[in-house]
Amino acid sequence: MKIATAASERHVLAVTVDNEPGILAKITGLFTARGYNIDSLTVADISDDHAVSRITIVTNGPPQVIDQIETQLERLVPVHKVVDLTAAGPHVERELALIKVAGKGEMRVEALRIAELFRAKVVDTTTQSFVFELTGAPDKIDSFIALMRELGLVSVGRSGVVGMMRGLKSV
Amino acid sequence: MSQPSGAAILVQGLIDQGVEFVFGYPGGAVLPIYDELFGDERIRHILVRHEAGAGHAAEGYARATGKPGVVLVTSGPGATNAVTAIADAYMDSIPMIVLTGQVPTSLIGTDAFQEADTIGITRHCTKHNYLVKDPADLAATIEEAFRIATTGRPGPVVIDIPKDVQIAVPSQSRASKLTATHRYAPQMVASAEQIAEALEMIANAERPILYTGGGVINSGPEASELLRQFQDLTQSPITSTLMGLGCFPSTHPDFLGMLGMHGTYEANMAMNRCDVMVCIGARFDDRVTGRLDAFSPDSKKIHIDIDRSSINKTVPVDLGIVGDCAAVLGQLIAAWGERKPQDLGEWKARIAGWRARECLAYPEKSAKHPDMIMPQRAIERLHALTRHKEPIVSTEVGQHQMWAAQYYGFESPNKWLTSGGLGTMGYGMPAAIGAQLGCPDALVIDIAGEASIQMNIQELGTASQYRLPVKVFILNNEYMGMVRQWQELTYESRYSNSYSDSLPDFVALAEAYGWKGIRIERPEDLDAGILAMMEHDGPVIVDCCVASDANCLPMIPSGAAHTDMILYGDRVDGTMDDEAKALV
Repeated sequence: MKIATAASERHVLAVTVDNEPGILAKITGLFTARGYNIDSLTVADISDDHAVSRITIVTNGPPQVIDQIETQLERLVPVHKVVDLTAAGPHVERELALIKVAGKGEMRVEALRIAELFRAKVVDTTTQSFVFELTGAPDKIDSFIALMRELGLVSVGRSGVVGMMRGLKSV
Repeated sequence: MSQPSGAAILVQGLIDQGVEFVFGYPGGAVLPIYDELFGDERIRHILVRHEAGAGHAAEGYARATGKPGVVLVTSGPGATNAVTAIADAYMDSIPMIVLTGQVPTSLIGTDAFQEADTIGITRHCTKHNYLVKDPADLAATIEEAFRIATTGRPGPVVIDIPKDVQIAVPSQSRASKLTATHRYAPQMVASAEQIAEALEMIANAERPILYTGGGVINSGPEASELLRQFQDLTQSPITSTLMGLGCFPSTHPDFLGMLGMHGTYEANMAMNRCDVMVCIGARFDDRVTGRLDAFSPDSKKIHIDIDRSSINKTVPVDLGIVGDCAAVLGQLIAAWGERKPQDLGEWKARIAGWRARECLAYPEKSAKHPDMIMPQRAIERLHALTRHKEPIVSTEVGQHQMWAAQYYGFESPNKWLTSGGLGTMGYGMPAAIGAQLGCPDALVIDIAGEASIQMNIQELGTASQYRLPVKVFILNNEYMGMVRQWQELTYESRYSNSYSDSLPDFVALAEAYGWKGIRIERPEDLDAGILAMMEHDGPVIVDCCVASDANCLPMIPSGAAHTDMILYGDRVDGTMDDEAKALV
């Protein structure tokens, strides 16, 4: 017998929650328990009194599953609001990456030149390595990393996506 | 020493919430709470024999009274033993508060004696859970926990309390963070537009059906009353899920009986052929829908549910209404006004045709055991002889449960206690104990199987201790009958491990616990046995020996549509392909 699969689409969800112990485990556990996907997840508190956190989740699934993810998240008592940025309209997605490249001579020069094109910052250097800091949309970071792979890529750290609606509206 | 300790705050909090009973079992990590309960006349503690029993008793109490059930257990094994009941309450939306002891805060995370990560373990089978680390938070936590457990879609809430928090007094300087927030506010009423749209669909339906579920019961007796009024206005045929039985009188001519896997032919056919389906407080469970792509293909669907995540979860609907059943039914009735119902004569004539198939008819005698009692007959007689007392009926899980649902008719809500979602064997007797405490004057009967009853058989002692006159009516067919039935259908009658070997003598067992034991072996003794059970002023086990080869029909087999029911007389043995075998 075959295990059934369905076509999926990528969605970015912004979730505001009470900043209390266990809330992240509740959310990630919900995804595992119900078989949903997490492509990336970022979290940090966003209010003066540290009472509220904002979580950005990038997920993928068929439309019906995306709707379920949203409503299942809303069922959790500490969750204030869930906004599907992908469905809500124009929005900005940004990610931060730290990328370490090691090399000498022409390779090193080329790495620096490409970094300038991408407006990556050099945040650490030795005579044989750079650490670049790059922010941008995920696909920009993907292509920068692909180029660095040919020029002595050593390691990559990525923050995962943070997203926000364009225009006046909150979220 | 005037300041109250955490334990004292807890007990006061329970009293403030109107708690009458706490179902529990003591242990090291809850000793301060037990000491606080000692001699306190305001709360009655019911000592169970196993923590699962405490959980199910609290569920039974909640289901029969509409009030939240309260459980008190110790850390580690106390909490893990309660988990099945917590998961059960979560699936069936039963309001329940579970207080678990925890090792002192300084020992959390050190693998201390009787330490378990209760919060982690119960995270996904509770509506919400708390670890209280400061006695200053206790009062507000209890208040919020009861509100969460009882409002919106009800469910279990766990409060895990370390032992030192039970002993300590709150520091004056620290006010609780929780007090100010009223963070849980479920949507109760529908918008006027939604009501108008729903009414338009219902009023113009030629083949309507009301598909009702446990949400109507959870919404309170008023919802059942409003459902009757709404049905009377629309004249619509009506069916109910397992969990919804009792929300509409079974004797009403428009009631089609239960739907789904072991539902009636007429209910399932009407679901399949209707043009407008109004789902009220049910959730399109897989036991109800059968094969999804063949589920009611030509209908417009309206779904009324207090939990938005239930809407469009498995079956896409045309109109989803988030709200409380009673509130939305009230809105629909008000909006209906002076309208006249459609002429549904043709639709009802078709239904009468399906009804004429008499899907609940069964052979008078078993083929293999012609001298034995047919289990369906036993339930029919039990119903006939006890119905005037309007008993509360609980069940375990399996064939006997489905037969009880099919042949024991319910006229009012909160009389039917069964484990529907999780399907927990061992639910029935502790649930009956909880119901009997909540409704001391009611006749409470647990319809059981000989296999299920053994899963929480230790609770016989609890009923003895508190003089609870519960009746346990065992349909003893010497098999885990539902497993045997599936093996017959799916695995060419290879009865792997489904025979109930080495059964106890249930009559002797009853007597050992101070209960009365009655054995019924022959059809002619059935009525006398049931009457003797009712006449005894105390707990009774009836060991009713029934034909072991009887199957629970009608049945929609795995992966089949509503229109492909197996009825009595159909050939059912054989094997299935892997796709069908993979379904449960």
